[in-house]
Amino acid sequence: MNKVYGSAAEALDGLLRDDMLIAAGGFGLCGIPELLLAAIRDSGVKDLTFASNNAGVDDFGIGILLQTRQVRKMMSSYVGENAEFMRQYLSGELELEFNPQGTLAERMRAGGCGIPGFYTKTGVGTQVAEGKEHKEFNGETYILERGIFADLSIVKAWKADTTGNAIFRKTARNFNPPAAMCGKVCVMEVEEIVQPGELDPDCIHLPGIYVHRLVQGTHEKRIEQRTVRAA
Amino acid sequence: MAWDRNQMAARAALELQDGTYVNLGIGIPTLVPNFIPEGVHVTLQSENGMLGMGPFPIAGTEDPDLINAGKQTITELPDTSYFDSATSFGMIRGGKIAMAILGAMEVAENGDLANWMIPGKLVKGMGGAMDLVAGVGRVVVVMDHTNKHGESKVLKSCTLPLTGTGVVNRIISNLGVLDVVEGGLKIVELADGVTEAELRAATEATIVN
Repeated sequence: MNKVYGSAAEALDGLLRDDMLIAAGGFGLCGIPELLLAAIRDSGVKDLTFASNNAGVDDFGIGILLQTRQVRKMMSSYVGENAEFMRQYLSGELELEFNPQGTLAERMRAGGCGIPGFYTKTGVGTQVAEGKEHKEFNGETYILERGIFADLSIVKAWKADTTGNAIFRKTARNFNPPAAMCGKVCVMEVEEIVQPGELDPDCIHLPGIYVHRLVQGTHEKRIEQRTVRAA
Repeated sequence: MAWDRNQMAARAALELQDGTYVNLGIGIPTLVPNFIPEGVHVTLQSENGMLGMGPFPIAGTEDPDLINAGKQTITELPDTSYFDSATSFGMIRGGKIAMAILGAMEVAENGDLANWMIPGKLVKGMGGAMDLVAGVGRVVVVMDHTNKHGESKVLKSCTLPLTGTGVVNRIISNLGVLDVVEGGLKIVELADGVTEAELRAATEATIVN
């Protein structure tokens, strides 16, 4: 079975439809599937819900889909870097479901592992707990959080072999593995595709079973907060 | 007189226990590594997926794949490890991180913390703060004691949406150090040049000593 596609648009062919739930990897602008996001924008598909830790900035990341009004709802933990997001949210055009960051990551991981719900202490006694089942274990209160089962996952890795065995680089790993796991179909973009045998099997971060389609491309990899010290 | 940002960070650094794993929040807590006492080795966690966070890079060596939870470029150390976000919050939720040092908008005398949202004004999100306060062994808050109008941020009960309930163990402010204890807050230390009367006057919360 061939998993390698020639472009991001080809890799998404037949997978996109209005109203779908997409899980996206990345933290801030680090490790985001920038080529697939651009291809989704170009496809014109709309009313999308994104499970993604952040919403990008105005002109990069998921921000480019906010500009074209293709996003209906975000499930995120932090959206502070995006003025257009704030404008659409405050005017009621965009739905927002805040998830604590670890809860969002675990919801993705759980969905990918066939776990429909789990209990966590995170958020007990806060707005996040409103309307959720509470349960006591060993004298402490926990809330029920649901696994995320996405229609599509879009993620970015550093290298993968043609079967989808993937390696991430430094903190660009972040939400990519759990996002990849929780989708019915996962499309991955990478900086380099290699032949099977070229990656050490002991050093694979995400086994190819989670990856259905692959595309190689050139990434801008924009830095959000360039911070340096004196030499 | 009171402590400035660096003095608050230096005081917070005295909280660090040798050999522990610690998470530092955004704002004044990011200054804490500058003041780690000699002989104390702590491993800093960055919740976006890293243990062993190093200093900011020298100009020209920034790596877009290597950032901290504040999205700033950073560096790695010889003992650094990387992992995904689910694993990262697994170690937070699982109680493996000994302490978090975080900023705050409001703290209440029962240890309630508000630091993620001002309704109608500031809608950015909680990021990892709710997970951290629910999961780590000890929560130390570093904050200004009053807001820009001179009103206390150390309250009987928080007015802003909560990050966690009963989670704060210690407050380090520009005026001193207070612990959350049964019945309210206990003064542990006064900042340089601050009198107990001044600290009490700036505190709405019940002080028990």
